[in-house]
Amino acid sequence: MDRFEYSDPRLAHGEEFLMRENGVKLYDGDSKTTFEDGELVVSNARILWGRPGDIPRGQMCVCLPLFYVVLVEEEQRTFSFSSSRKFVLHLSESRQGKPQGPVTWSQHNFIKISFKEGLHNDFLGLIQNALMTRAWERLSVAPPSASSSSQNVADRKWRSGIVGIERKIEEKHKATDESISLAFQDLSRLMNMAKDMVAISRSISTKIRDKQGDITEDETVRFKSYLLSLGIDDPVTRGAFSNQTEYFKSLAKQLAQMLEEPIKEVGGMMSMADVYCRVNRARGLELLSPEDLMSACRLMSTLQLGLCLRTFDSGATVLQLSDHNDRIIIENTAVALEESGSLSATELAKILGISVLLAKERLLTTEKQGRACRDESLEGIRFYSNLFLTKEE
Amino acid sequence: MSEIEWPWQYSFPPFFTIQPHAETKARQLKAWHTLVLNYFKANNLSSLDIREAHQSSLFNNSSIDRKLPPEGILLVLEDLQKSGNATPLDKTRNRWLVYWHTLEEWAAIIYSWAQANGFLNTVCTFFELVSGDDTNEQEFHGLDEEVLLRAIQVLETQKKAEVIPIDDSHGVKFF
Repeated sequence: MDRFEYSDPRLAHGEEFLMRENGVKLYDGDSKTTFEDGELVVSNARILWGRPGDIPRGQMCVCLPLFYVVLVEEEQRTFSFSSSRKFVLHLSESRQGKPQGPVTWSQHNFIKISFKEGLHNDFLGLIQNALMTRAWERLSVAPPSASSSSQNVADRKWRSGIVGIERKIEEKHKATDESISLAFQDLSRLMNMAKDMVAISRSISTKIRDKQGDITEDETVRFKSYLLSLGIDDPVTRGAFSNQTEYFKSLAKQLAQMLEEPIKEVGGMMSMADVYCRVNRARGLELLSPEDLMSACRLMSTLQLGLCLRTFDSGATVLQLSDHNDRIIIENTAVALEESGSLSATELAKILGISVLLAKERLLTTEKQGRACRDESLEGIRFYSNLFLTKEE
Repeated sequence: MSEIEWPWQYSFPPFFTIQPHAETKARQLKAWHTLVLNYFKANNLSSLDIREAHQSSLFNNSSIDRKLPPEGILLVLEDLQKSGNATPLDKTRNRWLVYWHTLEEWAAIIYSWAQANGFLNTVCTFFELVSGDDTNEQEFHGLDEEVLLRAIQVLETQKKAEVIPIDDSHGVKFF
């Protein structure tokens, strides 16, 4: 009933009169109201109800815009001697900013119209026809622009109330579900494709090897570098090995091969975090777990691959060149300390372009050999040349 | 308080952090050892409370904003104790007596003075020893009475002297 609004009974421009009945009573849901024995006028845009004689005189009366009406049905007549007929009008949600009406709030989403003195027109047919043509969209009584026709459709779809909310939630769940499964579908497809890609790149590289004479050396190198930039051309994967040790062994070999150059570049030592990132970046899709990486790296020293795993006293673990020499590192660090007087791990890291973790390990190793001494203060820990041992008393 | 000439270590920040490297630490403690005794001698001090040590510029170099932490001071004092230059006065090892000469050295110095100046077999009060005109030129002039008592007690064990209680203070008879 709260969809009703006060209105001028005169028809707007373009609004068409459809029917008129007397002795009409309105119900808010199933409950009776004070709107009894009135006059009902139906236009192609609204349903008007007024006290007898009000409408012809053009006095204010109540009206229900037809855009609220979702469904009209006739209530099954119970056994009765009267000629009264009742119709149920299901309504959509009340709109924001609607003009004032006789009722501000109602718990019902439908009204009933009872024709006490019989019905001389085809009310049902006329209303349904009016709903079909949607004449209000062309008239000034049309709803504010915000409520476009699409929203009208949505309004019809979504009944309010708990059922409506539940349905909305269910629909949302469904949509999320679908999008998730869609996403994973893509991923698995990608993985399948990756295997193919690896196979292709492998076959191409063997072909290159076979036809070594046909294409120039330069082209071969260029092509191989393309393949490499895609990732490792043939990653060692667990699936290819039945035996765990064999898997780790070949993994260790491959890792040693690909990491030796980069480790040389960064000064003979690389933290495990960096190793992990580099390896998996190169592998692209057949990613390696940290455990597998560690297991493979532990094997490196026994396999004599030129690299070995080293754990510092602090617990930091690095991969370093087997011929990596602590003495040289200490010497270099000591020289750096002499040059700058004092250094924090961060400063040394900046100078050498290595990670702070490694810089700190360098300083600690140097200290352990008595070539540096520390200064712990509120600002953190700094290292100095060990003047205690070098300076004359 | 008379300022002493600070060694180069005093303005070297790592001096105020106990070094983990064994050899470095030994050198560091040796430097502290010398510095503490020089400082105590120059200022004629004899006792130290670790809880208040930060007020003294000995352990607190405000110009480089570095302090030797209490654990470090304890370490230095324990090092001094090993060489006989310090004794803790309480069980918590917060209060210490520090001697820039060991008690044995003090005992020898005092006894040789008594010998040289004919004070054997006579009784001297502690006041005469540390504040009397006869000892003006002596190193132990102005020495803390507590330290003096301990030095005389060393002489006692060597049967070279005997402590005699006089009122609130003590006297000593040299043999």
